[in-house]
Amino acid sequence: MMYSEKVMDHFMNPRNVGEIADADGVGQVGNPKCGDIMKMYLKIENDVITDAKFKTFGCGAAVATSSMATELVKGKTIDEALKITNQAVAEALDGLPPVKMHCSNLAEEAIKAAINDYKRRKGLIGDNGDCDACCMRCEDIHHHMNDEDE
Amino acid sequence: MSTRNIYLDHAATTPVKPEVLEAMLPWFTENYGNPSTVYSIGRTSKKAIEEARETVARIIGAEPREIFFTGSGTEADNWAIKGAAYANMKKGKHIITTSIEHHAVLHTCQYLESEGFEVTYLPVDEYGLVTPEQVEAAIRPDTILISIMFANNEIGTIQPIAEIGKIAREKGICFHTDAVQAMGNIRINVSELNVDMLSMSAHKFYGPKGVGALYIRKGVKLTSFMHGGAQERGRRASTENVPGIVGLAKALELADKNMDEYNKKLTALRDRTIAEIEKKIPFVRLNGHREKRLPGNVNFSFEFIEGESLLLMLDLKGIAASSGSACTSGSLDPSHVLLAIGLPHEKAHGSLRLTFGEENTDEDVDYLMEVLPEIVQRLREMSPLYEEVRNR
Ligand SMILES: Cc1ncc(COP(=O)(O)O)c(C=O)c1O
Ligand code: FES
Repeated sequence: MMYSEKVMDHFMNPRNVGEIADADGVGQVGNPKCGDIMKMYLKIENDVITDAKFKTFGCGAAVATSSMATELVKGKTIDEALKITNQAVAEALDGLPPVKMHCSNLAEEAIKAAINDYKRRKGLIGDNGDCDACCMRCEDIHHHMNDEDE
Repeated sequence: MSTRNIYLDHAATTPVKPEVLEAMLPWFTENYGNPSTVYSIGRTSKKAIEEARETVARIIGAEPREIFFTGSGTEADNWAIKGAAYANMKKGKHIITTSIEHHAVLHTCQYLESEGFEVTYLPVDEYGLVTPEQVEAAIRPDTILISIMFANNEIGTIQPIAEIGKIAREKGICFHTDAVQAMGNIRINVSELNVDMLSMSAHKFYGPKGVGALYIRKGVKLTSFMHGGAQERGRRASTENVPGIVGLAKALELADKNMDEYNKKLTALRDRTIAEIEKKIPFVRLNGHREKRLPGNVNFSFEFIEGESLLLMLDLKGIAASSGSACTSGSLDPSHVLLAIGLPHEKAHGSLRLTFGEENTDEDVDYLMEVLPEIVQRLREMSPLYEEVRNR
């Protein structure tokens, strides 16, 4: 398995690692059981993301996609940011090995979770409504991998 | 990039020793005869194989006719288990093994389950040990095979093989041990241990890859694994890998000769590394048993971080190591061995295995201890799990 140079660069020199103390939205996705957790902090002014930081527990791909995701959301409106797909994150990194594509889901979900948190705080959505962050991730991957096996 | 290159993954494979390579070379070019032929150059090859067989037999306390060369350790395991299962299925269909075997044994047993055999996977304690009492209690009237690894490839735990052998012998049940990791590290005498079958693989003791051997005690019933010609007395057909077999025997001979010194050296490197990691890095757990472990094996879980990230960072510093994290395996579950000794998933993901060998020195440990604490700290600073602990 080989990572692209860009993945290695973002793994070795991750952009925006850390926390934002007065974040407007915080999202945590993943599960230590699956071996990966990503936590994203967003600073949002007038629906525009002005700053983003992350903390990640996971493999090289998980760290690199977190780093890239924070780069991609900065300067975007929340609606634009919600449209960022895991595919887009992976492409921005010059691709990921097939077995690592699921790590990029984490990045997409973390963005969504952080924005949903922002919306919730603003009273734009209900307390438990509209959460797009997929909490069945592991099982999804299981099905996905089993399909590939066949 | 790093200028250092330190190989700390000898449980994965070892480099071929120059003396071993030298012994192998003539059998590729000058002495290329097929051992099954009658003319001189073929007879030369045949003789080389028989000498190799005698060497292996002498070292493990067996008779030459009890040694069968195979294409790998995996093949030896497959043959021993499937061969004994099929040869004895009229007597019974129950097999006993452990939950921490190498996949070569585990997946073979799972296959046999799909063929109607029943397998008991004995659990292990927190150190990865099974007890002879557990084995005895699992024996049923229809038990036909016990297969328990000599030493574990991930955590290095060494099982009480002699005691288990004694029980198996008393009950008249065939006993196989996967000694792929133990061979070359521990002196093994199959007669003293009451072992009926034993697997080994040359590339784990400075021999070539793709050649192994199975010891089969005289009188043990086993179906053939490869059907074809009359090689290996008709029990393992296929033209012999003459250079490989010569290399295996040479490597084992050297290992046997240097065993005490090798063992002492590796044990010192291992114990120093364990002590320094425990001293310099907080939130760690040694996996495996402190004393009953392979001389070169160090296995730690570092809390709050994931193993693949750790390996990538070590690699950038020129250190080659391995991990039981799911992220390194392309599967979703972390190592079955680490789960079997009771580690929660997140700690299994944060495991690191360092296995020392011949070329390693104290300077390698110095360097490792220079870079490892920094790398662990750096990854922890990045981890949301560590944050929670720090803020507590
Ligand atoms: C305990 C154990 N059994 C079996 C094997 C398989 O040996 P080979 O690589 O020769 O097929 C290995 C090697 O990874 C091992 O460590
Ligand atoms: S985080 Fe486990 S494979 Fe990426």
